[in-house]
Amino acid sequence: MATVSVRNVWKEYGAQVVLENLRLEIADHEFVTIIGASGCGKTTFLKMLLGMEQPSRGQILIDGQPIRPEPDPDRGVVFQRYSSFPHLTVLENVMLGLELKWARFAGRLFGGARRAARASALAMLESVGLAHSRDRYPAQLSGGMQQRMSIAQAVICRPKILLLDEPFGALDPGVTADMHQLILKLWAENRMTIFMVSHDIQESFALGTRLLTFDKVRHDPQAPEAYGARVTYDMRLARKTSETRTVGATA
Amino acid sequence: MRRLINQHPGRGSALALGVLPFVVLLVLYVFASQMRLADNPDDKLLPSPATIATTFHNYAFEEDRRSGNVLFWVDTWASLKRIGAALAISATLAMLLAVGIGVVPRLRALLSPLLSTIAMIPPLAILPVLFIVLGLEETSKIALIVIGIAPCVARDLALRVGELPKEQIIKAQTLGASTWQVILRVVLPQLWPRLIDAMRLSMGSAWLFLIAAEAIASTEGLGYRIFLVRRYLAMDVILPYVIWITLLAVLADLALRLLRATAFRWAEPER
Repeated sequence: MATVSVRNVWKEYGAQVVLENLRLEIADHEFVTIIGASGCGKTTFLKMLLGMEQPSRGQILIDGQPIRPEPDPDRGVVFQRYSSFPHLTVLENVMLGLELKWARFAGRLFGGARRAARASALAMLESVGLAHSRDRYPAQLSGGMQQRMSIAQAVICRPKILLLDEPFGALDPGVTADMHQLILKLWAENRMTIFMVSHDIQESFALGTRLLTFDKVRHDPQAPEAYGARVTYDMRLARKTSETRTVGATA
Repeated sequence: MRRLINQHPGRGSALALGVLPFVVLLVLYVFASQMRLADNPDDKLLPSPATIATTFHNYAFEEDRRSGNVLFWVDTWASLKRIGAALAISATLAMLLAVGIGVVPRLRALLSPLLSTIAMIPPLAILPVLFIVLGLEETSKIALIVIGIAPCVARDLALRVGELPKEQIIKAQTLGASTWQVILRVVLPQLWPRLIDAMRLSMGSAWLFLIAAEAIASTEGLGYRIFLVRRYLAMDVILPYVIWITLLAVLADLALRLLRATAFRWAEPER
C-alpha cells in the first residue's frame, strides 16, 4: 500500500519560487509520469518525494504519514546516472540492499544468509535479463544494462514508492522500448507506486496511468522568478501491462 | 608523415627510450670522473666506479671495526622502520579524518578549518618542538613525518569523498543504509585506491622529512650516514646511499601501484 498526498506544497529558494501550491492525491499502485519544460520543478518535486529536499510550505504524506525528511528504504530511486556503485559487481550491487537490511553492523552477510541474498539477487537479475553479466563491474556495462541493474537494485528492496528521474533519457530508442517493457513488468509484479520524470511525451503516455504536466502559469517579465510552476494537466490514462504495445515501440 | 602527437613508440623502442637517459647519465659520470682523476688521483668529488664499489662492499658486507655492525644494513633497517611506522600511522589517521570530514557535516564543521591550518605549518619549523617535547629518540622522527604528510593526505582524501556522486549516497540511503553502513560499504571501499595514490604522492615528502630528522639527531639511519660522512667529502659513500634510497622509493612506489592494480581492479582505467 502506498498512497501519496501532496498538500499545498510550495518550494522556494529565497525569492525564487520553483513550485507553487501543489495539491495531489495519488492512489496506490499508480504509475505517475511527470513531464514539463526543463527548470519547471519536476526534479525538485521528485527530490521532495525522496526526502532530499523539504517543502518550504505544505506537507507530503505517504499512507497518511508525513514523509521522513531524509531518504529511506520506503522510497527507491533510479537516477539518470551514477546510481550504481562502481566498486561492486552487478551481483554485489543488487545484493547490497539485502545485505544492508540484514546486517546492520557488519554491512555484509556471510554463510547461509549470504547464500539466500545471493539467490534472490540472482533471481532478480534473471528477471531483468542481466544474469549473464553478474560478475562484471558497472563501468563494463552499456547504458541500458546499467539502468537495468539500477532498477533491479532498487526493486529488490521492495520499496512502496519507486522514483525514476529520467531513467531512460540517455538510452538509444531501441533500448528504451525494452526498458519500458521491463518497468511495466516489474510494476505489475511488485505492488509499488511509481513516479517517473520524463522529457519524452510519448513515453509518458505509454507508461503512465496518470500523467502530470508541470508548467508556469503566471509569468511576470519584470520578475521571472516571482512565480513557480503548477500542475497544468492531470490526466488519467488506461492501465498498461507489459504485453500492451507501447507507443514508443510502434512509432 | 603523421603528427608527432600521433606517433607512438612500440614496446621495444619505448623501453629503449626509457633506458637511454640513464645510460647517458652514467656515461657522462664515468667520463667526468676519469677526467678529474687523471688531473688529480686524490680527487674526492667524483670517485671512480671501482672506488664506489669497494666502499659499498665495505659498508654492506664487512663489519664496522668500531661498532661491529654492518653499517649499511643497520642504517637501512633503522630508516625503513621509521618511515614504515610513519606511513602506517599517517594512512590510518588520514583515513579516519577524511571519512569523518567527508561524510559527517558536523565533523566537517569541527575539524576542517583545524586541518587546513595544521597542513600549513611548515613541519621542519616545529622539528625543534618535537625534539624538545618527544625527546631525540624514534618518536620525534616518526612524528615529524606524520605531521608532514598526514594532514595533506587527509585533505586530499576528504576532497575525494566529496567527489563521490551525491546520487550514490542518496541511493545507498534508499537501500536502507545507516551512516555507518554508508561509510563501510560505499565510502571506504572507494577510498582505498585513492589512499594508495595519495600515499604514492606523499612518499617523496616522507623521505625528505625522514632524512631531515636523521640528519639532525640520530645515531644510525641512511640520512644520518650521508650527513656524517659529508664532513669527509666521502662521495663514494654518499652516492651509493642516495642511489639506494632512490631504489627503495621506486620499489615502494611500484609495490603500491601493483597493489592498486590487483586489489582494486574496478578502479583501473579501461584499456
